[in-house]
Parts: sequence; structure tokens; C-alpha cells
Amino acid sequence: MIGLKKHTQVAFSQSPGRVSWEILNKDKRTRISFAILLLIIALAILAPIYSSFIAHTNPFVSSLDASFNMNGKTVQVLQPSTQGLGLGVTPIGPTWKFNHYFLGADSQGRDIVARILYGGRNTLFIGFVSSLLTMFFAILIGVIAGYYRGFIDNFLSRILDLIWAFPVYLLAISLSVVLLTSGLNFGFIHFGAGSLALPIFIIGMVYIPYVARPLRAQVLSIRERDFVKAAIGYGAGNSNIIFTEILPNVLPSALVFFPIMVALNMLTESALSFLSIGVQPPSASWGTIINDGLALLYTRPLVAILPGLMIVITAAALNLYGDAVRDALDPKLNTRIIK
Amino acid sequence: MIKVILTRITSLFLVLAAISVLVFLIFFATPGVDPAARIAGRNADQQTLIQVRHSFGLDKPIPLRYLSMMNHLFIQRDLTSYVNRGTKVIPELLSTIPATLSLVVGASIIWLLMSVVLGIKAASSKRKWIDPLISVLGIVGVSIPVYWLGEVVNLITQSKLHDSIFHWLPPLGYVGITSDPVQWFLHLIFPWITLSILYTGIYIRVLRSEILTAMTEDFVKTERAKGAGEKRILYRHAFRMSLLSIVSLFGLDFGALVGGSALLTEVVFNIHGIGKLTFDSLQNFDLPVIMATVIYASFFVVLANAIVDIVYAWLDPRVRYE
Repeated sequence: MIGLKKHTQVAFSQSPGRVSWEILNKDKRTRISFAILLLIIALAILAPIYSSFIAHTNPFVSSLDASFNMNGKTVQVLQPSTQGLGLGVTPIGPTWKFNHYFLGADSQGRDIVARILYGGRNTLFIGFVSSLLTMFFAILIGVIAGYYRGFIDNFLSRILDLIWAFPVYLLAISLSVVLLTSGLNFGFIHFGAGSLALPIFIIGMVYIPYVARPLRAQVLSIRERDFVKAAIGYGAGNSNIIFTEILPNVLPSALVFFPIMVALNMLTESALSFLSIGVQPPSASWGTIINDGLALLYTRPLVAILPGLMIVITAAALNLYGDAVRDALDPKLNTRIIK
Repeated sequence: MIKVILTRITSLFLVLAAISVLVFLIFFATPGVDPAARIAGRNADQQTLIQVRHSFGLDKPIPLRYLSMMNHLFIQRDLTSYVNRGTKVIPELLSTIPATLSLVVGASIIWLLMSVVLGIKAASSKRKWIDPLISVLGIVGVSIPVYWLGEVVNLITQSKLHDSIFHWLPPLGYVGITSDPVQWFLHLIFPWITLSILYTGIYIRVLRSEILTAMTEDFVKTERAKGAGEKRILYRHAFRMSLLSIVSLFGLDFGALVGGSALLTEVVFNIHGIGKLTFDSLQNFDLPVIMATVIYASFFVVLANAIVDIVYAWLDPRVRYE
């Protein structure tokens, strides 16, 4: 709020979009969150380089009898258990050497760091793409319902109400359980259970009402404004009014939702994967790695703790950025924080 | 007012009916999904499949199956599970409610207290570092995956430290309040804290921004002009105003949690509540149980929506007169 006053005073002659952009760029939160996000994205992109050239492992193949040479001694990756009855094996803990299991191995003898880097790729990708999906359908439904009103609005709003009344996690879990058996079919294209398209589709769908409802309300009020009446007056067609008058005015609110949605969708993906109905093996995401790490929680806690920390850091950076975007674009705080 | 309530109740039943159809279609009409194959097991032969279909009534047309299930669920009230035959669904569902209610009520008391204290502090503190600090806490709160936090809590309290600092803590699970109130409390203390952290984060953020918005409203200016003190303005006007959105948010969250959204917390802490029951039944394709739990959950969400609207109209005269 304080930042706002300072910047609007110098930028009176500029367009509102330009003003918001400058406020956003000068915001400290933007820089901090961007730095964190860039670092995490870079790490995820560099995952193959780490696993092939530094750690020399394949994080998707289990290597139960692997061993490596450390300080002249041969070390087993899965070591005989020293706790309890001494039965079974415990994966190696952190060696703090980049070329040999820097942070240790999981129960399949796979390098944890490489798993987390690759898992980050899927988590980030699913979070981002499913949010694009949510935004696309939410804007489509919100604009059509709010603009055409009447029967169309009633029909679409009832569908939104229906999904709204279905607790998000229950809906997502129901869809996952079913689609993991049947796969997902769009005409000729078929996505099997192992495809990332499944979690993307499910997570993208369940949050549509959370964004579409506020956008619809906004379109309803924009539609009553004088500039829309003027456009109708000079004979502009429906599509013309939607694209040149309505859409540019709802886009700021949609943009405010986007970073928050990415964070939310990432958390949902990780929860589904944790319940083993999200990303399917051999693919990994931070959620599946936490699930893998549960069995080792009391012997090798890092396996479950690290991916969780990555989720917290990434989601926090996205939420921080979301706050900055909201303050820059929506000074009157029209867009309520959603869950 | 009565008209509002009546339309609300009608739409409540319509939404519930629609949801039951939706769930039924998801599990019975998705191409490629065969509940009989699930019941019969992985490598069942054709003969067994036909038998299973017949004995569970899965060879009947879909609308008939739906009506029969609704009949057993609501009229006969003797719907039985597909997986554990003979287990009645309704008593099973009812038996999980106390655990979920205990978890959700306790957690909501914690998060309401915490967020009101911290939210007001963040919005009103004169010291420069307090607001950003609380805001960061709020952001971290909403960014923590609740199941992961639960596991970390388990790691701290149930592992090595369990022999020293946390020796008073019972193992994971749930004990009814009627059988042993002390054990009930001890079993739930960490699940409460875990579940409330996410919601504390959300509520701090909402409360802070609502109070700041209310502070710019005309009625606050009027109060200032009348010479009211800052404390009075904050508590009697700005905070009261911001309670409106807290009430609606709380209604919805509470409804969803009681309906089973606390399932991740229940799974992690091994509390056999409604969420865990739903999750277990989903994994087994135990459709009668899924049907009952989802309708039950939706009932709470829709009911909470309706109550929120009515309470809102009662709290905020501007809504009433529109």
C-alpha cells in the first residue's frame, strides 16, 4: 500500500498497464521471488547434466547391488541394516561428494539429488501447464457466462456450483482413481496411466470454478459500463466487444490469479502423488519422492524432507510473487485470496 | 428471509442429487472402468466376472443401478460395502464422524485464535518489521504441504526424541473423547497444530488485507472526524468489518474439512476419520462407501454455503437490503 502511493505520483501520464508494470518491477518481492524461481527452474533444467556428467547415475533405474569407490574403499549403496534385527538394507546416507551420492540414495539405490532435480521438472511442469488450463477455461466460461447472461449464464453457473460443492481433493482423487484405470481419451489421442497428461488434466479441471466465478462476476459489471454500451451503440458485434472491450479488462484479475494457481496446483499435484495417484513410476515428482521416503523416514529422513522443502520454497516464492502482482494490478484488492 | 431459506434448501437438494449422479457416472460410466473387475481381483476369469456382475447387480442398466443404490442409501438405509460384504455403509460412515469433528474443531480453534492475533498485529503494528515478518509467516504457512508437515512432525515426535522430550506422547491413532479425554487430547495435539498451520496462513493474509481495506473506508474517516481513538476504530470498526469475510471463509473451510478435506492429515496421523474412510474406499473402488461419503461431504459444503449466505445477510445490512 505504501509503495503504491509513491509510484503512482511519478507515473500519472502513463497508461494503467505501464504503471502496474513499473510498480511490479520496483517491488522487492518481485526480485526475491524471481531469483528463487529462476534458480529452481535452472536446477530442474540442468537435471540431465547433473546425473550424466557429475553423478554418473540413472535416477530412473534401481540399482540394488551397486557399489562405488570412495577414498580407496568399495562402498555398497544399500548397506546391511544396523538397526533393529539387522535384517534388510538401509540406503547410503549423504557422502557430501558430488560424484558419489551427494545426499545419499533412496530405497532403490537411486541418487536422491538426481531424483529431486528430475522430480522438480515434473512438479513445475504440471503446476504450470495445469494452471494455464485452469486459466483458459475459467476465462472462457467467465466471459461467456458474464457476457451472454440469461440461459447460458444459468447453465454454466449451475455446473460451476456443482463442481464447487464437490470438495476439491475428493474430486481430484475420484478422477485420478478412475482415470488411472481407464486412461484419458480425446478422440484419437489416448493418454495412458503413466502420462503426465492425466494429473495435468485433473488438476487443471478441479480449480476452474475458483477462478471462473469471480471472473464472471467481474464481466457482469464490466458489461454495464459506458464503454461497452458505446460499443454496442456504434454497432460492434459480440466477438468484437468480447475481444476488444471485455477481455482486456478482465485480464488483470486473471493475471493476479495465475501465480497463486501455479502454487496451488503444485501443492495439489504433490498431494495426489503422495497418495500415489498422481505422477506414476518410473516418473518422479516431489510428491512421489516424499512418498518413497516415508519408508525410510526414521533411518534416512532426508529422502522425504528435501523434496518437501523444495515444494515449500517454490510455492512460497510463487505466492510472494502473487502478492506483488496483486498489489500492482489490483490496488483495491478486488480479487480475494483463494485457497 | 423465509423465502431465501426455502430456495436455499431446494437448491441444496438439487445440488446433492446432481452430485450423486455425477459420482455415479464417474465410477460406472467412464469407458474402460469396470467395477466388477475391481471386485473380482486382478486375474479373475470370465466366469467369475459374470458371477460378480450378477451378484452385485452390475449387469442391470445404469439408471436402474443408480435408483437401487439411492433406494438402499436413503430409504432402506441398508447399503452394504462391495469390498467387505455385510458391512453396512451408514453405521461405518457415522462411526468416523467423531474423529473428524474432533480434529477439525480443535484445529479451527487454534487457527482462528492465531490468525486473529497475528492478523490484527500485522495490520496495525507501528513497528516496521512486524508486518513483513507476519506476512512471510503467512506465505510460508500457505505453501507447506500439510502431509509433509505431518510427516516431519512425526519424525520429530515419534522418533529419537520420543524417548526423551516426547515420552508423554502416545503412538499415532485416535482415542474417543468419551473413553479417555486425556488420551483424546494427547493423540490430537499434533494433528491439530499441523492442520491449523495452513489455515492460519490463509486467514492471516485475508484478515490483514481486509483490515487495511476497511481502514480506507468512509465510515473510518467519519469515526476519525468524530475524534474516536485508533484502538476503537481498529477493533470496533475495521476488525468488525473484516470479520465478514472471515465468517464466509470459515464457513466454507469448516464445511469442506468436516466433509473429508482433512484426509491428508488423517492419513498421515492414522486417524480413522471420514477422509481416511473415503480415501480407502476410493482405492478399493468401494462404490457404495464412496457414494455415501461424497454425498455426505457435499452436503456439508453446500450446507456451509447456505449458512454463510444467511449469516452474511444477518451481519451485513447492505446485503440484506439489496
